Amino acid sequence: MPVATPAHLARIETELHRQSRLRTIYSALGIGVLIVFMVFGFNSADEANAGSFSDGITRLFDFPAEIIRLSFEAGWSWFGLLWHYFPFLLETIHMAMLATFIGFVGAVVISLLASSNLITNKLFVSTMRRLMDFMRAFPELVLAMVLLFLMGKSAVPALIAVAFHTIGALGKLFSEANENADMRPVEGLKATGAGWLQQIRFGIIPQVLPNYLSYGLLRLEINVRASTILGFVGAGGIGEQLTANIQWTYGADVTAIFVLLISTIIALDYISRWVRGRLIGTGSMVGA
Amino acid sequence: MLGSVMLKVQQINKCFGAVHAVNNVSFAVAEPQMIGIIGRSGAGKSTLLRMLNRLTEATSGNVSYEGKNVLALRGSDRRSWQRNCAMIFQQFNLVPRLDVLTNVMLGRLNDQKLISSLLKIFSADERLAALTALDRLGISEIALQRVETLSGGQQQRVAIARALVQNPQIILADEPIASLDPLNAKVVMESLRDIHDRDGLTVICNLHTLDTARQFCDRVIGMRDGKIVFDGASSDLTRAEARNIYGADEDFEEAMTSTSIETVSNDLTPAPGIA
Repeated sequence: MPVATPAHLARIETELHRQSRLRTIYSALGIGVLIVFMVFGFNSADEANAGSFSDGITRLFDFPAEIIRLSFEAGWSWFGLLWHYFPFLLETIHMAMLATFIGFVGAVVISLLASSNLITNKLFVSTMRRLMDFMRAFPELVLAMVLLFLMGKSAVPALIAVAFHTIGALGKLFSEANENADMRPVEGLKATGAGWLQQIRFGIIPQVLPNYLSYGLLRLEINVRASTILGFVGAGGIGEQLTANIQWTYGADVTAIFVLLISTIIALDYISRWVRGRLIGTGSMVGA
Repeated sequence: MLGSVMLKVQQINKCFGAVHAVNNVSFAVAEPQMIGIIGRSGAGKSTLLRMLNRLTEATSGNVSYEGKNVLALRGSDRRSWQRNCAMIFQQFNLVPRLDVLTNVMLGRLNDQKLISSLLKIFSADERLAALTALDRLGISEIALQRVETLSGGQQQRVAIARALVQNPQIILADEPIASLDPLNAKVVMESLRDIHDRDGLTVICNLHTLDTARQFCDRVIGMRDGKIVFDGASSDLTRAEARNIYGADEDFEEAMTSTSIETVSNDLTPAPGIA
């Protein structure tokens, strides 16, 4: 004979059941919606495809085979191409770095204004959040194409486009880091009579700086890729060289550019891991 | 300031929704004293101290310090009051990723120019003041360590050093020893007592252990459910009064509220000097 559960515990038990049932229903609904989207997505992609899938797949493999054949034909002069395209790579990296830096600074400012633990005015915080959503939602490519049309072909419109998007993307991540920060140091400083900026500078920044830098380095990697793509639409740099060479099927040049790009991404990954390790490991730099 | 009233708290109230956390509390401090506020958790002790420092806004009431209306201060006047009225917290509230010396110098933020303070430029005087304060608390040798590597007792002493460099007139300590082991608790309480004795500062200290209040404070304020139920010399605190403060019944033992080494040994052999 089971022991009778007291009434007040039984109530908790029923509530628990009700909640877990609700959670199950929500999860099932979520999975259902996901499946529907996937099926529709595949169908519309298939319909939009010119020609059949099987035709496309053979062409997909023909092109790499062709450019690799051409690269071997080029022989030793292929290494000269690496040197030839290196300045264009630098141009793209410069553009990405500058855009990331501008975006980083903007993101720090806007993220502090968009953190509900740092600003008491809820309306202001949500306005700032919507502003970041807007900046993030604008694809770099679309913004860059509009600006390139208005301002003429140069690196500046692309720079603005990438920086704009970066503010929104990093700002969102930074404000989450801010909101997860321990507020006790801030309270301690507030109690000494420190002003808002001083509380932020010493209570929040030392805690979140490693996160900021790690997100910033990741963003730099993304922005190098984005800046390359913007070269396709006329922003200069290595992207412009790549698109031209692909169109002319200069196989050796295309592989040289690919090797440069992939090495850059790998190098950035190593550098960012090393920098982050140093920041979190020894930490003495963090307080700067 | 002898004779006239220094700090005066009049009918201060704080409501959080339907909860009346602090209910018509009034007391006055005429001359520098070491005051212990005791009571159970949730009696309103923390809220009271936070209102005095202006970390929490009072719902109603009046606080005056040397004739100045504390609760009406705004902007930089409010911040300069906060500098005058240093606060020490149960969880220390230091910046874990900065070194000890910087943490202590941050007590001077209120006096500094905004730009140089944001660039973390401190003067030689400020460094000296911070080192002197650390030395006084016996921890100058850890000045360059990061705070997050320290023990709780060390962190609380760093917090006291930060309070000292603020050059305050009052020190408010919100459960300063509640997260510490008995030995560190004793060191911290002795430091606070020393600040009161030597510098003549008023120290108001929230405690939940009766024997600590008796041992270190001249005056005890007992709070229960947001109200003051006892206010007098610590020697006047009878067992019946203590029972009333803690809302306990007949078998209430003072040692039940204790965490100190002395009381533990007290159970075995009654030592003189401690009730």
